[in-house]
Amino acid sequence: MSWIPTIALFLVAWLAAFAQTQFRPVVGWLETPVAVLPALMVYAALTHPLPAVACLAVFAGLSLDALSAGPLGISVLPLFAIGFVLHLRQHLILREQAYAQAWLGAAAGVAMPLGTWVLLELGSHTFITGPFLIVQFVILGLLNGAVCPGVFRTFDAIRNVFDYQPLAETSFRPDREIVRGRR
Amino acid sequence: MLKRAHYWVLGAVVALTLVLLNLPPLAAGRLRTGIRSLFLPLFGVSGAGQSFVDRASFSALTRASLISEIERLRLTNQWLQVAADQGRDALAENDRLRALISWQPRAPWKLRAANVIAREPTTWWRTATLDFGSRDGARPNQPVLTSAGLVGRLREVEPTQSQVALIGDPECGVSVVVVETRDPGVIQESRSAPDPDGLVVMRTLQHSPATMAGHHVVTSGLGGVFPAGIPVGQVVDTRSVDGGLFTEARIRLGANLNQLEEVWVVAP
Repeated sequence: MSWIPTIALFLVAWLAAFAQTQFRPVVGWLETPVAVLPALMVYAALTHPLPAVACLAVFAGLSLDALSAGPLGISVLPLFAIGFVLHLRQHLILREQAYAQAWLGAAAGVAMPLGTWVLLELGSHTFITGPFLIVQFVILGLLNGAVCPGVFRTFDAIRNVFDYQPLAETSFRPDREIVRGRR
Repeated sequence: MLKRAHYWVLGAVVALTLVLLNLPPLAAGRLRTGIRSLFLPLFGVSGAGQSFVDRASFSALTRASLISEIERLRLTNQWLQVAADQGRDALAENDRLRALISWQPRAPWKLRAANVIAREPTTWWRTATLDFGSRDGARPNQPVLTSAGLVGRLREVEPTQSQVALIGDPECGVSVVVVETRDPGVIQESRSAPDPDGLVVMRTLQHSPATMAGHHVVTSGLGGVFPAGIPVGQVVDTRSVDGGLFTEARIRLGANLNQLEEVWVVAP
């Protein structure tokens, strides 16, 4: 397997973490960050081995925490939990279907901030919380649900360009070969 | 069914998370600085891109609009010069009166300009990152403000960048006083969504029936972080809480925290 699609995944995660600090669109009266790391984690979980999923969770989580005011490492476990659960069930998931990708992205978009909130509460950290978070979770779910199919299309295209192509089946069958002459 | 490799990976990530969450503050700060350094090229590209966009927009301006803008700025500058002269006279008189009653003179503010290069990427805190670090004279707890009012204080300082805890963040409590009534209060952490109108909640230290909408709020100087007299905002409305023991007032901040670009840091 070529390493380029994996490197591209980490590069996009790096850019996505930085993009969260730059673009702050106002949705109605809420300010929700453009957080697409959960969608990337969904793709990694369904297409990469578990060690790569773990490395992506650690890299993306630490990048996000280093740019924020939160404790270092608070985002790693929620991201890895998403990737771990999906990786265990990847053989059951219709990963080629766009609607499955969208639903998984939406679920991951809600699960990640929810998991982070649980860890912050368990660690007794001071942070801003309130009923508005529910609406922000919904917005993040919709955002990641919309982005996830695009992530799959993009990285599948990168994989098709840089990865080895599967060998096409031929019509040759060794049991049907005509053997001429004496055996 | 989990395989042995799954357990190893799961255990490794959980162990790493526990180690990171329990790191000593100094080690965590150094690790955070190291990871942030990976993003320095992107900060540079972002700044260059913003400069390019600004220069491109300038080239689209007409000569007439530039001339009218220069004229407007010239008049504003003249007005500000007169106001500054009056302020210097008042400050000198204040120093003389303070000396007469043996009070310590007020140290003038030394302001250093800084650009906001990043915002908080999550919703759990309210912070911003400045391109003003310890190499430029930044120190923790230095106040940050704009011409419109207080913004926050420096929370973490790195060699080339600093992180600002904005008003409304759990780590930025501000001791304030209502100018008209001299009622003291504290601006608390926000418990609601970041309000586009820039509203925060102030709780007074006692029941304050005289505080009403339209009153101005400035820093009181208590606590030693924010010097006295920095404008904070204006009272929007008030209500009694805790059975009338305290008054809560919603304050519209003077500074627009959602559109910060250039700020001033009060440096010694």
